[in-house]
Amino acid sequence: MAWFKRKKKPLTGAVEAKKVQMPEGVWTKCKNCDEIIYTKEIERNLNVCPKCDYHFRISARARIDLVLDGGSFEEVDAGMQSVDFLGFKDSKKYKERIKAALAKAGGGDAIVCGTGAIEGLPVAVGVFDFSFMGGSMGSVVGEKITRIMEKGLELKCPVIIFSSSGGARMQESILSLMQMAKTSAVLAKLKAEGVPFISVLTDPTTGGVTASFAMLGDINMAEPKALIGFAGPRVIEQTIRQQLPDGFQRSEFLLEHGMVDMIVQRQEMKARLAQILRIFTKS
Amino acid sequence: MQHYLDFEKPIVDLQQKIRELRDYSTDNVDFSSEIKKLEKKATKLRDEIFSKLSRWQRTQLARHQDRPYTLDYIEHVFTDWFEVHGDRNFRDDPALVCGFARLDGEPCAVIGHQKGRDTKSKVYRNFGMPNPEGYRKALRVMKMAEQFGLPIFCFVDTPGAFPGIGAEERGQAEAIARNLREMAALTVPVIVTITGEGGSGGALAIAVGNRVLMLQYSVYAVISPEGCAAILWSDGARGPEAAEALKLTAADIDSLGCVIDEVVPEPVGGAHTDYVLAAANLKRSLKKHLGELQALSGEELVEQRYQKFRAMTRVQE
Repeated sequence: MAWFKRKKKPLTGAVEAKKVQMPEGVWTKCKNCDEIIYTKEIERNLNVCPKCDYHFRISARARIDLVLDGGSFEEVDAGMQSVDFLGFKDSKKYKERIKAALAKAGGGDAIVCGTGAIEGLPVAVGVFDFSFMGGSMGSVVGEKITRIMEKGLELKCPVIIFSSSGGARMQESILSLMQMAKTSAVLAKLKAEGVPFISVLTDPTTGGVTASFAMLGDINMAEPKALIGFAGPRVIEQTIRQQLPDGFQRSEFLLEHGMVDMIVQRQEMKARLAQILRIFTKS
Repeated sequence: MQHYLDFEKPIVDLQQKIRELRDYSTDNVDFSSEIKKLEKKATKLRDEIFSKLSRWQRTQLARHQDRPYTLDYIEHVFTDWFEVHGDRNFRDDPALVCGFARLDGEPCAVIGHQKGRDTKSKVYRNFGMPNPEGYRKALRVMKMAEQFGLPIFCFVDTPGAFPGIGAEERGQAEAIARNLREMAALTVPVIVTITGEGGSGGALAIAVGNRVLMLQYSVYAVISPEGCAAILWSDGARGPEAAEALKLTAADIDSLGCVIDEVVPEPVGGAHTDYVLAAANLKRSLKKHLGELQALSGEELVEQRYQKFRAMTRVQE
């Protein structure tokens, strides 16, 4: 028998009523400065942290709205989808991973491509979506990039790719590696024909994407504080068994080492792109 | 054989026994019938083991410590070899050797990853993992070959490009990317052979060729099995499983039909058991492909190479 017995009913109701019901997502914690900020305020600021200037990752659609003239974007190859041609299986089958990613994103793959205009200047663009399997480059991404570059070649209009990718898509093994060669080879043609290519590196751009077209821009432009590199920081730490210095592989580090031409704030991106395009196309 | 893998051990033991019997044989004692029997058994055993190698075992063969490296193939396939050094920018990278030679009298450029055999030379060669300056040296030599109208032979055998602080500072990604673009535009024949490990971007950076060949026991993948396992299961020790998933062997890649042009046969026990035969097989293939490519003009070579890589796509529309 228990020594103490609760005779009264426990107090409920009053306590619960006092608790403020807080829906998910009203507040966001900045990944860089840990500040808790009203989500709407971040959104109003183009998804840039108002406290520390950290540029949050944004969707491909949001990027298109931000940079292209309203209503100018015409998507191409929207229906192209990945195939599990190797029967790749880790903890989950690749086939199922594709299905889950497609359901979440409502179709497509890790890049959205099309034509549009920036301040009235025609451009061919590709925009990565990191939320689709980490923006990884498999056959679909490589093929869409190659086609949009060929489109730029055909229309003689500048090509801009906004990268945000963990690198090659492992589940497509050798063929994902070959996308690096394919997307870089077409750039040789652009160069020969004098078609400008601007590469915009956003957080994060690593691995096979950095080691191919993304580093080959006539202009390489980066958003502030983006992680950009060949090997991931974890791999490097494991290899050299040393902690990496602060700011290693960030945009500012790449600027310092001469790998990118400029760091551009999200708010100024469109105007800066237009300025470059006008110079390169002599209009 | 100095080193052997687990699955090679039964063969090595038998061969050792045969050697001992031979040593004991004198004019009075004749072991020849026993030796013959054992030799037959050894051959059968070897054929049996090598006919059903797993993908992981093939990966181990590709990394075999006695496997011929680029400088070995240069010695056995080419004549008149001289090495050139440095990227004219930062330093010389011993993980990637470049130079000029002759293939049956035909002048050519030769480029390849180089690994070391003992601890000292392994460190010197950085385990075959180039830094950016290695790729820039390779590009310098390729451009030189183009200038003099020489065909280029590339030999790929690397775990990958070196992931280090200095490599990032000096633009590892840019160096690889630039090679991909510039190789696509070369107006001379480029013949690539994956001789051992074809490790990701570090391999591809010298592998954009009109022809891409793989030795029978070489592997080629977007990531090492260990690296793949570390990402998928946070456990690098599950490499054997990852090797199965990655389908990285020459036979696997050949079956895709669009990535490589030929699988070059190796001696049954692997290239390390017979350098001369392995090199002779390779030489025959190199000559055949060079002959075919020499019929093409510079422009046609660029277009053929472009279309070859352009076709490497598997999507659903």
